[in-house]
Amino acid sequence: MEILKHIIFYLFVAMTIGSACVVVFHRRIIYSAFALLGTFFGVAALYLYLCADFLAASQVLIYVGGILTLIIFGVFLTAKITSLDIPQQTHQRFIALVPAALLGAGLVGMIYGTDWKGLPPLSSPPVTGGEAAFAAGGAQPTAKGLGRLLLTDYLVPFEVASMLLLAALVGAMRLARFYRRED
Amino acid sequence: MNHLTTYLIISAILFILGLLAMMTRKNGVSVLMGVELILNAAGLNFVAFSRFNGGNLNGQAAALFIMIIAAAEAAVALAIFLNLYRLQATAEVDKASLMKG
Repeated sequence: MEILKHIIFYLFVAMTIGSACVVVFHRRIIYSAFALLGTFFGVAALYLYLCADFLAASQVLIYVGGILTLIIFGVFLTAKITSLDIPQQTHQRFIALVPAALLGAGLVGMIYGTDWKGLPPLSSPPVTGGEAAFAAGGAQPTAKGLGRLLLTDYLVPFEVASMLLLAALVGAMRLARFYRRED
Repeated sequence: MNHLTTYLIISAILFILGLLAMMTRKNGVSVLMGVELILNAAGLNFVAFSRFNGGNLNGQAAALFIMIIAAAEAAVALAIFLNLYRLQATAEVDKASLMKG
C-alpha cells in the first residue's frame, strides 16, 4: 500500500511538471492553455497530499473553473478565431535560459543546503469518527479551521481582498468594453 | 513523499518554468500563463510549510489569498490584452509601444 501511495504521488508530480513544460515550450498557444489544466489539477492533488482538502477543492473551482476559462477566452479573443492552429513565437530563448538556470541551481542548492531539522515533527492529530476517508492519512478536515482563521486573525486582509476583487472586476469591465479611438 | 524538500523542489521547478515563460514568450496571454505558474508555485510552498511546521493553518490561509490575487490579476490582465488586440491587432507584448515617449 505504501509503495502504491508513492507511485501515485510521483505520477501526480510528473503530471504537474510535465504539463507545466508543455505550457512553457509548446509552439501552439491553445495547447499551452489546455496543458495549464493538467498543472492546476496536479497542484490540487499535491495539496491533498499536504492535508489541505479545502484548498484542493478551491484550487479546482477557482483556477480550473475561473482563471483557466478566462485564459482560454483570452486566447481565442486575441487571435484569429477561425484557425485552431494559433502559433506563437518565442524570443531570447538562450538569453533567458542562463539566468533561469542560475536561479534554479541557486534555489535547489539552498533547499538542500538548509537544515530543516528545526521544524517541529509531523503532527498526526487523532482521528474523529465521521471522516473515514481522511483517516487514512491521519489528517483532519481543514475547512472549519480555515474559516475561523479568516474571520479572526485574517479579518482585515479578507475584507481588503473582497474590495480588491470588486475593484479589479469593475476595472476589468471598464477596460474590456469596446472603446472608440478618439482620433 | 513526506519530506518538505520534495515539495520545495517541485515548487522551485514550477517557479523556474513560469519565469522562463514570462521571459521567452511573446504573446501576452502566455506571459500571463507564466505568472499563473509562479503563483501556483508560491501557493504550494506556503501549503508545504504550513503542513510541515506543526500543521497550523496560517500558510493555507495565505495560499487562499494567493488564489484571490490570481483571479483579480487574470481578469485585469486579460482586459488589457483584449484592448491591446483591438487597438493594435496584436497581442504581442513587444509591440505594445503606444506609451513609448
